[in-house]
Amino acid sequence: MEKKLPTIEIIEKYCKGCHICVEFCPTKVLEMQGFVAAVKNLDACIKCMQCELRCPDFAIKVTA
Amino acid sequence: MAFDYDKYIRPGKLPHIWCPGCGHGIVMKGLIRAIDALGFEKNNTAIVSGIGCASRLPGYMDCCTLHTAHGRAAAFATGVKMAKPEMNVICVGGDGDGTAIGGNHFIHACRRNINITYIIMNNKIYGMTGGQFSPATPTGAKASTTPYGNPDPPFDIAKLAIGAGATFVARGTAYHATQIDKLIVEAIQHKGFSVVEILDDCPTTYGRRNKYKSVIEMMNELKDIAVPVKAAEKMTPEQLKGKVLTGVLYKEEKPEYTAEYAKVIERAKGAAK
Amino acid sequence: MAKKVAFMQGNEAAAHGALYAGCKFFAGYPITPSTEVAEVMSAELPKVGGKFIQMEDEIGAMSAVIGAALTGAKALTSTSGPGLSLKQEIIGYGCITEVPCVIVNVMRGGPSTGMPTGPSQSDVMCAKWGTHGDHPAICLVPASVQELFEETIRAFNLAEKYRTPVMIMPDEIVGHMRERIVFPEPGEIEVINRTTPSVSPEQYKPYDTKFGDVPPLAAFGSDYRFHVTGLNKMEDGFPTTKASIVQAEEERQVRKVEANADDIIKYEEYMLDDAEVVVVAFGSTSRSARFAVNEARKQGIKAGLFRLITFWPFPEKQILALSKKVKAFITPEMNLGMCTEVVKGCVAGNAPVHGIFRVDGEPINPDQIVDKMKEVK
Repeated sequence: MEKKLPTIEIIEKYCKGCHICVEFCPTKVLEMQGFVAAVKNLDACIKCMQCELRCPDFAIKVTA
Repeated sequence: MAFDYDKYIRPGKLPHIWCPGCGHGIVMKGLIRAIDALGFEKNNTAIVSGIGCASRLPGYMDCCTLHTAHGRAAAFATGVKMAKPEMNVICVGGDGDGTAIGGNHFIHACRRNINITYIIMNNKIYGMTGGQFSPATPTGAKASTTPYGNPDPPFDIAKLAIGAGATFVARGTAYHATQIDKLIVEAIQHKGFSVVEILDDCPTTYGRRNKYKSVIEMMNELKDIAVPVKAAEKMTPEQLKGKVLTGVLYKEEKPEYTAEYAKVIERAKGAAK
Repeated sequence: MAKKVAFMQGNEAAAHGALYAGCKFFAGYPITPSTEVAEVMSAELPKVGGKFIQMEDEIGAMSAVIGAALTGAKALTSTSGPGLSLKQEIIGYGCITEVPCVIVNVMRGGPSTGMPTGPSQSDVMCAKWGTHGDHPAICLVPASVQELFEETIRAFNLAEKYRTPVMIMPDEIVGHMRERIVFPEPGEIEVINRTTPSVSPEQYKPYDTKFGDVPPLAAFGSDYRFHVTGLNKMEDGFPTTKASIVQAEEERQVRKVEANADDIIKYEEYMLDDAEVVVVAFGSTSRSARFAVNEARKQGIKAGLFRLITFWPFPEKQILALSKKVKAFITPEMNLGMCTEVVKGCVAGNAPVHGIFRVDGEPINPDQIVDKMKEVK
């Protein structure tokens, strides 16, 4: 059975490029693309929500 | 579903003013989740702050918000709560605002045990004015006014609150984001003056001066020094060296101030008859 | 039914005036010679369901007053001397955020600790220039126990009508003297309440100039929620540094009082019709001045009294008009010339202004004023 992937929305105009989400994602789903965060490997997402919780800028929305 | 923070944020107010990597936004999200979990009416919720970076928080919140003068949040909040005890009153602010210029108001709000929750975002520095040392800056640390290292010893804010009579005191960190809303919910549910100290980071004015390579290093430090109260019970003093306890540090049931004043009203009315 | 009559102290009368005006909140800090205001409020407020709190310091008291006033309550504090200095920070906050409240300041000798039990009239400049920045100032200076009662009601009315902190400043003599007071019946003296919003919560802006220079004020905990900040703000209450808005808002805050000076200014004219020497006085000093005018008239000096009841805004027009028809002004006051300087500014050189100043903790004697009249007539 195929695994249901979450959606990770990154609001670029809110992202200040602090790297917190990228560094603390346990499965390295995110990366920096220039000054803002971006999704690199959605398949690896375990829906732990830590990127959303720790984003200080209200820039990440994870819908599991 | 992603949590809908927008429900509690005033339209058009984001992005906020805080620097990249500043933990204040993480704390604000925790506060919003707490308010949502408690089912508070926005109209019936007052968020009161003083001056400083953390004190800009109320401006973003779609509640009754009061951005007061430097250090005075607890005193303004006391006026709001006394006049309308049915309102939920939450104070937010920083370490300098709350425990230096506002120290007197803070300790007396603790002593009265008035039903207000005070969230102190402790980033160990005056950020908005450019990084001067605060009463929470560690001895030896560099600040713009301690170029040779800080000669002052810092306050332990949680201990200060307990000593002054606060009946609920908790501590969390900006790194431990999942815990923040839980601590705030428990603090607000407690009848009396509750303090939630959140150890926070200021990469711009503290981190750079004190040789932190990045926000990540500051966050990792918060992760490393935090020891939950339960875990600490099994640790030796040697193991606890340099660590900071997190979780609910103190809880006590005591008469709450507005409830006690309601009794004063009853007595006065009885005497007037 | 006969009206209630009492023999009462001035400070107590101020507290009863506040209660008559519908005051429901008091926060204060003990300080001589104003503490009786707090003592009466602590006893009387809870009887009417109001709240009294003794705060940890003067700044905290002023802060709590503004907080309570924002929930819709009429709120009072009382203080003196150093307490007024401390409160200035938050009085400025009340001015820029436009929150109605009343401060009873019983004037004692200063600066600093000065003479805590001695009378003085040296806080009148502090009422206008004490807090930093441009801001509106309303200051009332009653001269008797009855007037202190009635002017405290008027202080609340002006605070509510113009949405601003109002100071009422009896000197220590007026605050501590005991006199006969006749209490008005409920409804006999008009009581004004702040204008609340007529628009929907979605449309509400706390500084909406569509409603004139004094925008309606909603209450925390009502159907309306809004932001209050001590930063320069826009109509919606949020901070701005936009030059045109800051300029316009600052000007409006001052204008709402200055443009309504005629409504706020109150004074008494005594024997002014043919007066050649006019005493401008206020508070307890005006009682000596009235006595002096009567004495002078007996001695053939055409003396009169212009008694200030409102100190700020100052009755500039009235003093200027008088200056064109009198020979001299005498300004007795328990300070080193604060009112005198203001009067000099108003008379624009039309007539000389002779001050009588005392800062020794003793009231100004009528003889001193009569002697000065003889000297200048």
